[in-house]
Amino acid sequence: MIPIYTVGGPAIEKGRLLACLIALMFGPVADPLPFFTRLWFSFVCALRVVVDGAFAGRVWAVRDRKPALPETSPGSAVEPEADDVEPEADDVEPEADDVEPEVDDVEPDADDEADLDAAGPPDVTPSREEAALLLLAVLQREGRLVDFLEQDIENFDDADVGAAARVLHAGCRKALHRLGDVTPIRDEEEETRITVEEGIDTGEVKLVGAVTGDAPYRGILRHKGWRVALQLPAPTAEHDVSVVAPAEVEL
Amino acid sequence: MSRYAIGIDLGTTHCAIARTALDGDGTTTEVLEIPQLVAAGELAEQRLLPSFIYISPEAEGPQAVPWDSGREVAVGAYARARAAEVPGRVVASAKSWLCHPSLDRRAGVLPLAAPAEVEKVSPVEASFRYLEHLVEAYDDRYASDGGSLTEQKVIITVPASFDAAARELTVEAALAAGIEDLTLLEEPQAAVYAWLEQAGEAWRGQLSPGDVVLVVDIGGGTSDFSAIAVQERDGNLALERIAVGDHILLGGDNMDLALAYSVKQRLEEEGTTLDSWQMGALTHAAREAKEKLLGQAGAASVPVVVPRRGSKLVGGAIRTEVTRDELRKLVLDGFFPQVAADARPAQRRRAGLTQVGLPYAQDAGVTRHLASFLGRQAEAAGQEALLRPTAVLFNGGVMRSELLRERLRGTLDAWMESLGGSAVRTLTGGDLDLAVARGAARYGYAAETGSGVRIRGGTARAHYVGIESAVPAVPGLEPPITLMCVAPFGMEEGTAVDLPAHQLAVVVGEPVRFRFFGSSVRRHDEAGTTFERYPAGEIDELPPIEVTLTAEDRTEGDLVPVYLHAQITPVGTLQLDAVPTEPKRDDERWKVELSVRDAGPDDAGPDDAGPDDAGAEA
Repeated sequence: MIPIYTVGGPAIEKGRLLACLIALMFGPVADPLPFFTRLWFSFVCALRVVVDGAFAGRVWAVRDRKPALPETSPGSAVEPEADDVEPEADDVEPEADDVEPEVDDVEPDADDEADLDAAGPPDVTPSREEAALLLLAVLQREGRLVDFLEQDIENFDDADVGAAARVLHAGCRKALHRLGDVTPIRDEEEETRITVEEGIDTGEVKLVGAVTGDAPYRGILRHKGWRVALQLPAPTAEHDVSVVAPAEVEL
Repeated sequence: MSRYAIGIDLGTTHCAIARTALDGDGTTTEVLEIPQLVAAGELAEQRLLPSFIYISPEAEGPQAVPWDSGREVAVGAYARARAAEVPGRVVASAKSWLCHPSLDRRAGVLPLAAPAEVEKVSPVEASFRYLEHLVEAYDDRYASDGGSLTEQKVIITVPASFDAAARELTVEAALAAGIEDLTLLEEPQAAVYAWLEQAGEAWRGQLSPGDVVLVVDIGGGTSDFSAIAVQERDGNLALERIAVGDHILLGGDNMDLALAYSVKQRLEEEGTTLDSWQMGALTHAAREAKEKLLGQAGAASVPVVVPRRGSKLVGGAIRTEVTRDELRKLVLDGFFPQVAADARPAQRRRAGLTQVGLPYAQDAGVTRHLASFLGRQAEAAGQEALLRPTAVLFNGGVMRSELLRERLRGTLDAWMESLGGSAVRTLTGGDLDLAVARGAARYGYAAETGSGVRIRGGTARAHYVGIESAVPAVPGLEPPITLMCVAPFGMEEGTAVDLPAHQLAVVVGEPVRFRFFGSSVRRHDEAGTTFERYPAGEIDELPPIEVTLTAEDRTEGDLVPVYLHAQITPVGTLQLDAVPTEPKRDDERWKVELSVRDAGPDDAGPDDAGPDDAGAEA
């Protein structure tokens, strides 16, 4: 009766958000690793799956969500071993116990159990660079970050810079808190003496000063550290993410 | 079989959606994230979907969402962001237009300031767009668990003050979005259900027979009051909604604007002028300042910076501040003045805060509107002077502020004290932005499984048709009109009444219009009651209703005596039928349309003669 009612198209990009989320959590999928690295890695993983329940669970989850990731066009997964492997932290030695490389696909036969409801046309998952640009776009839009960084502020007095900082602070803070959770790594007061226990993640705590001997270490907490869990927006298919702020023309 | 009860808060400024698993124990209500465009080409999930529609120009390309890459309109956060930048292309406050008393609500009127090339949408289509977005986003994101939203049991909330036609149009929009298993629920009732859910079985300890709960719901654009009485029935506590207020277009947005205009005026006195973009930025900053000052008791002022517009951020910014005094004067005393119990809203025209078209409240004093509500409803509830609430439940984003809750509570207490009553208790609920959606989902669960407390109440208004008396025409004098009650106050869902034949006759083949009226205070009129005079202010005229007798078994031009049959459908809408006193067939009857299309030039088109509008229900 009212002709303007139109029903939207089918859900063609099902699973996109999930795909983007996974990509953000685990990083973009890397190129296939060399054969011997994979051989070594499959051994490490097999062992770890057996001894570390939590790790096994994560691998399982990754394997289950596999169809949502882009690098799985039919025919590409022909290798008998793990084919898409990306160590999470590049700067940590692979032998270290606490490194948890994310494994995309452990067993080739996992394909058979792939979630059928996530099947669909290939998704556009933002690359590492695209994700960074999106974050920059959000911080620019809400807190004018790029405007601030790109301006020469040498000749302005502190009052002007301060006024700008308020805009920057209010906008960026709001955006950051909306997009994710920011939590300190250490709960102790800064400038107090703390103990760094054995087995702590070496990425979480940076030791400075006279670093000798083994953990536990005693020292003064100079900076409590930040951990951020982000859930970035996803670009739509045609969106050029390098446009962090469009030029504005008022008509 | 539905897997979930879905609660949809179809709000004036934002929508929210929650669901409760029907096979669980009812404690699993979750508020869902809604994927939406938050900027050009940028999709994110948020719990609130701003009720805005952006009709993008062709040059901008489609507003692609994961489920439709060719979408021409954007709904949600991006649309709201565009509202200040391109006001002629953004639809806002569509729900207020849906209950506009003198407007064809199916005619394309929004956005008001749209340029000629923009295809305007009707208030009904706007509601449809929000629901469509919710359905598609849900299906894209959540359908893998339990299927499409359209397969679930859906509860959509409407303001308690919505008239019969606005309720019916909401159902029409929902049907167009594919929602069929649908029930309407009043927003304040949903807020109470959310409170009941949160309180658990402990609620029986917090309320006792004789209590009257006042629900104060102040959102971004509207204020709504309801009263719910606690009674004892068969040894159990039972709840009954005894009064609803009128639709008041007054909310948090007005407060932001009031602050922004005050700052603007001060700046102008200092010689600084603002352009419209800066005014937008200032309104935004004023809102943040308001929330900060309302949130923390300590700060005496909050700095406000309106930056330059270009790519240079540093230098040239307008710096000022919003002080606590200003907040107190404008928001606290302006919108929540401590008035006496017999205060009533002023009816004078206000300038500055009104927009052409919508019947915005002329008095910004929320407390005066509240006093008026309690005063008008007192008699209806059998109390003198003032309806006396014993407890208050706050809802809506504005009521998040402890300072404002405190002010309202203090005002209520003063009124009760002046009448010799005792202080009003506060019922503490959950997130005031999301409670309505949560409560609606919980209500859906209770209704489906037959568990938990239900609020009784029936229709919140009595409805009347106006029958013009047959008298000789006198120029300049309207013929006297007799009102006949067609649906009494408190009619329960699923009930029906036949009205006595009352000189009603309809010409076959011609649309016939009746004047239509509603009252939220006349409790004792029964179906069929007629009268000619009534105290001013008790009855409001609603848009006319219309019936067309199709000529099937009858001869065009014949005069057919009919009587009216009223029923409240299970969905919660009023349905009026015209039934011939001498039917040609057993089931011969014609539906009376509550929302009639204007025959104005704006909406003349091929769609006007649709079968639904004038359809025989035979």
